[in-house]
Amino acid sequence: MAETVETSRGTGLFKPGATMTASEVEVWFVREVLPMEAMLMHYLHQNWRNKSDIEDLRQEVYARVCEAAQKEVPEKTKAFVLTTARNLLINRVRREQIVPIEAVADLDELEIAIDAPGPERNAMARDVLRKLQGALDRLPPRAREVVTLRRIEGLSRPEIAQRMGISEKTVSEHLTNGLCALADMLYGNASDLRSKK
Amino acid sequence: MSAARDVNAQAAHWLERREFESWGEADETELSAWLAHSWEHRVAYWRLKDAWEHTERLSALRPSSPQTAAAPQPRKPFRPMLWRVAAAAIAVAALGAGTAFYVARNGGPHETVYATPVGGHQSVLLADGSKVELNTNTVLRARVSAHERLVTLERGEAYFQIAHDPKHPFVVMAGDHRVTDLGTKFLVRRDNKNLEVAVTEGRVQLDTPDGRLQSPVLLTRHEAAEVKGNKVFVTRKTAQSLTNELGWRHGFLVFDHTTLADAVAQFNRYNQGKLVIADPATARLTMDGTFPIDGISAFTEVAQEVFKLRIERRGGNTVISR
Repeated sequence: MAETVETSRGTGLFKPGATMTASEVEVWFVREVLPMEAMLMHYLHQNWRNKSDIEDLRQEVYARVCEAAQKEVPEKTKAFVLTTARNLLINRVRREQIVPIEAVADLDELEIAIDAPGPERNAMARDVLRKLQGALDRLPPRAREVVTLRRIEGLSRPEIAQRMGISEKTVSEHLTNGLCALADMLYGNASDLRSKK
Repeated sequence: MSAARDVNAQAAHWLERREFESWGEADETELSAWLAHSWEHRVAYWRLKDAWEHTERLSALRPSSPQTAAAPQPRKPFRPMLWRVAAAAIAVAALGAGTAFYVARNGGPHETVYATPVGGHQSVLLADGSKVELNTNTVLRARVSAHERLVTLERGEAYFQIAHDPKHPFVVMAGDHRVTDLGTKFLVRRDNKNLEVAVTEGRVQLDTPDGRLQSPVLLTRHEAAEVKGNKVFVTRKTAQSLTNELGWRHGFLVFDHTTLADAVAQFNRYNQGKLVIADPATARLTMDGTFPIDGISAFTEVAQEVFKLRIERRGGNTVISR
């Protein structure tokens, strides 16, 4: 008679209800949550009118989701992310004394999206090539040049500065700005990619 | 500036420093302290780090002339080829295989050969818009034009997502067998003697051009056919078991009441260093779990700690015994 053993060790084993170490949270976050960024951003954009808050909201959703997941891995990541986002929006509305009338589209509407079909969880991994190329193409030219000189030619910061005729500090700025923009496009910018189809 | 944007900028700065400067213990301590500050710091850093790691695939472009690779305007005659290879290299690396992949035009005017090494994984977009994902150790020839859509699976495993075109059926040849798409997503796996066809969406038809199969077999969603010699076994699969079977598309092996013998066989398809089970009793143990395709060490760790098995390295191989 064969024995069956449930394992909860090793990478990629995220049993609902289990606790995680800090490094497991990172793996979980990158693998389970980041691929949903496009969906999350879509949700936030639809339900929150003040666009300058969106980046803060996203970050706060991520922070809360990870904090909770470390204590207990949620069973359904997508529902958990969206519920966290919804609660956050509702709390913001409640907390603020003066709420612009159009801040939230409709609190009842927030419920609906949770069951709506979202992008396939691992679409990110499959489409990574297309996304990476698309994202690189849309980077500001100088930022793109820094990224490619680093990644393709393996140049150091002084070498890139010399090659491009700019200061090392500017190289750093291009890289940090480029990286932030790249992440937004890789994970979040679903609309751009959709229009390319 | 929004708070999140500020934190993102700091996280990006850490990554930039780590990338460009010699990184010592003091730096690591400083970064740890920054990360320990809050979840906001950690998620921002993890997110950007993952994005930066994605750009690592670009290094696959390095072997060709740097000028050509850096600017996306390769010289004329090589253009399609160069980009295909570059794209392929990125895609393979993207899935963590980090191994070579080649695309060659050596089979005639319209034929393209795609191949992955052991541990490789490659997505290919064909001219008709159909998508093919090649699993480990796979060779596939494709002739796709306005007139025909014919793919030959020489060996290995591929998952097809076919662009619908009723006038030009999409045909996959695997040895003597022919799989004809009737608008669908399906998997074809070929090893020495056996062939498996599994349908995740739509329908396919399985037959043999030489008429060895007396009547074609029609497979619909969640059905699978296993061809063993002259026999075809058709089974129904649950959506879950099909998803598990296709775990490789995302870089995972999924075990669900899987015997160690089968689990080891799976790992061995993807890795050069082989796992060997020393005795039949060990081979019969079953387990659940999800592992990265190259996660042999995570796997042996589980074998060691959960099953109390002995793990021994012999040459390039790993022997598992009681």
